Amino acid sequence: MTAQQTFYVLMGGIAAVLALASGIGAVLGRRAGEGARAVVDNLNARIRAWWVMVGVFALAYLLGPTATIVMFALVSWFALREFMTLTPTRPGDHRALSVAFFIAIPLQYLLIARDWYGLFSILIPVYGFLLLPSLSVLAQDTGDFLARAAKIQWGVMLTVYCISHVPALLLLDIPGYEGRNALLLFYMMLVVQLSDVLQYVFGKLFGRTKIAPVVSPSKTVEGFVGGALSATAVGAAMWWITPFSPLQAAGMAAAIVLMGFLGGLVLSAVKRSLGAKDWGRMIEGHGGMMDRMDSVSFAAPVFFHLTRYFFTP
Amino acid sequence: MLISALLIGLTRALVGAAPRWQGAGPSDVQRIYFANHSSHIDTLALWSALPPALRRHTRPVAAADYWNTDALRRCIAVRGLNAVFIERQRSDPAADPLAPLAEALSAGDSLILFPEGTRNLQPLPGPFKAGLFHLAQRFPAVELVPVYLENLHRCLPKGSLFPVPLICTVRFGAPLVRIEGETRTDFLERARTAVVALAHGEQA
Repeated sequence: MTAQQTFYVLMGGIAAVLALASGIGAVLGRRAGEGARAVVDNLNARIRAWWVMVGVFALAYLLGPTATIVMFALVSWFALREFMTLTPTRPGDHRALSVAFFIAIPLQYLLIARDWYGLFSILIPVYGFLLLPSLSVLAQDTGDFLARAAKIQWGVMLTVYCISHVPALLLLDIPGYEGRNALLLFYMMLVVQLSDVLQYVFGKLFGRTKIAPVVSPSKTVEGFVGGALSATAVGAAMWWITPFSPLQAAGMAAAIVLMGFLGGLVLSAVKRSLGAKDWGRMIEGHGGMMDRMDSVSFAAPVFFHLTRYFFTP
Repeated sequence: MLISALLIGLTRALVGAAPRWQGAGPSDVQRIYFANHSSHIDTLALWSALPPALRRHTRPVAAADYWNTDALRRCIAVRGLNAVFIERQRSDPAADPLAPLAEALSAGDSLILFPEGTRNLQPLPGPFKAGLFHLAQRFPAVELVPVYLENLHRCLPKGSLFPVPLICTVRFGAPLVRIEGETRTDFLERARTAVVALAHGEQA
C-alpha cells in the first residue's frame, strides 16, 4: 500500500470507531437518568468535537506537509494564547509577548518547512530563553521579574517548542521509510489521544483509587493502568504503519503513553497554580486547546528524539 | 461587507471575542451597549461578539479626532463598522456633540458607546462622562446594556504598537433599570458599577 492508501484505510477505521462512539452516545443519551445527564452530555460533546478534530487533521494531511505545518502553527498560536491569558503578566512584558506570538511561532514552523533541524532545535531553548527576558528588561519593571520571565519561557516552550515536535517528525530521514513520515505523525497523535480517551473510559468505568486528587481529580490508578496497557497494545498492533518492529512499536507506544500521562498531570498542576479549571472553551466538551494538547506537548519531543536517535543514521 | 468580514476574522484570530450573555440575551430591541475602554480593539471585539443580525443595526461611536483622520482609519470606521463619529473637542461651543448619536438612535439603530471617553490602562473603568446620561434621558425606551471587555487592557495598551493575542470574553449584563428623577452623578456611578460588577462576576 502507498502512504496515501494506508491513510485512507486508517481514516476509515477512525470514522468507524467514531460512528460507533456516536451511536453509543445517542443510546446513553436516551437512557441516562437525571444523575448521569451531565456526564453523558459532556461525553457526546466530546465525541462531536472529535469528529471536528479528526476532520481538520485529515484535511491538513490531504493538503500536504505545508498545510500540516501551518495547522500545528495555529495550534501553537491558540495554545499560547490560552496560556498567556491565564498567566498574569505586566505591561513590561508586552514586547516579549508580541515577539513570542508574531516572531517565535512563525519562525519555529518556518524552520521545519525549510528542513533546518539545527536551528529548529535551539531557537527557543537558546535564543528565546536569552532574548525574551532581554526584551522585558528594557521596560525596567523589576517586580516579579524572575517569575514573569520564567512563565513566559514555560509558555513558549510548551506551546510552541514542544508542540512543534509533532510536525517536525516530517523532518526525519528514516532509511526504508521515505515518503511515509506523515504516517508516523499520525501514529503519534493516535497513540497519545487514544491513551487519553482510554484512560478516561477505564477511569469512568472502573476508577476507584485516585492517583493525585489534588492535581487532577479525574485520574485514577485503574484508569491509568487500563488506558495505558490498551493504548500500548493498539500502538504495538499498528507497527505496520511505522518504521518499527512490533516489539519496538510497543516500546515507543509505552513511551508516548507515559509521557502523555505525565504531561496531563504537570499541565493540570500548572493550570491549577494559575487558578483555572480549564485552559479555555475553544473545544466543546474538552475545554481549551491546551486541555487537548497537554499530553501531546510532553509526548512529542520524547517520541521525536527516540525515533531520531534509534532510527536515523 | 468584505471589510467587515475581514475585520471580524482578524479580531477572532487575535482575541477570540466570545460573547457571554450573563444578564441579557441577544435581542433586536434597540439598545445602547456601554463598555469599559482600554484599547483600539474594544470596538471591534464588542461588535464581533454580537450575532450578525444585531450587528447590522448596531453602530459603534468613534472619536472623530482619531478615526476620521486618515483614509485607512476612516475606511475601517465607516465602511467596516458603520461607525458614528463624535467630536471630543468642541470647536463650536453652541453645537451639540451628541447630535449624530441622537440621529442614529432616532433612526432606530443601536449604539456601542465607551462612556469613559478615552482609553484607560486599568482593568476596571474610570469615571463615566455625561453623554450616556443625556442619551438615556432623551431616549427612555432604549435599553442600556452594560458590557465588560476582559483582558483587552493587556492586549493593546495605550502606547504600544503591536498587540498581544489574549482571549477576550465579552460579558453582557442585564439592562440598567431606569430610576425616575435620579441625578446625573448617581446614574453615571450606577452605570459604572454595573460594568465593574461584570468584571468580578466570573462565578455568577
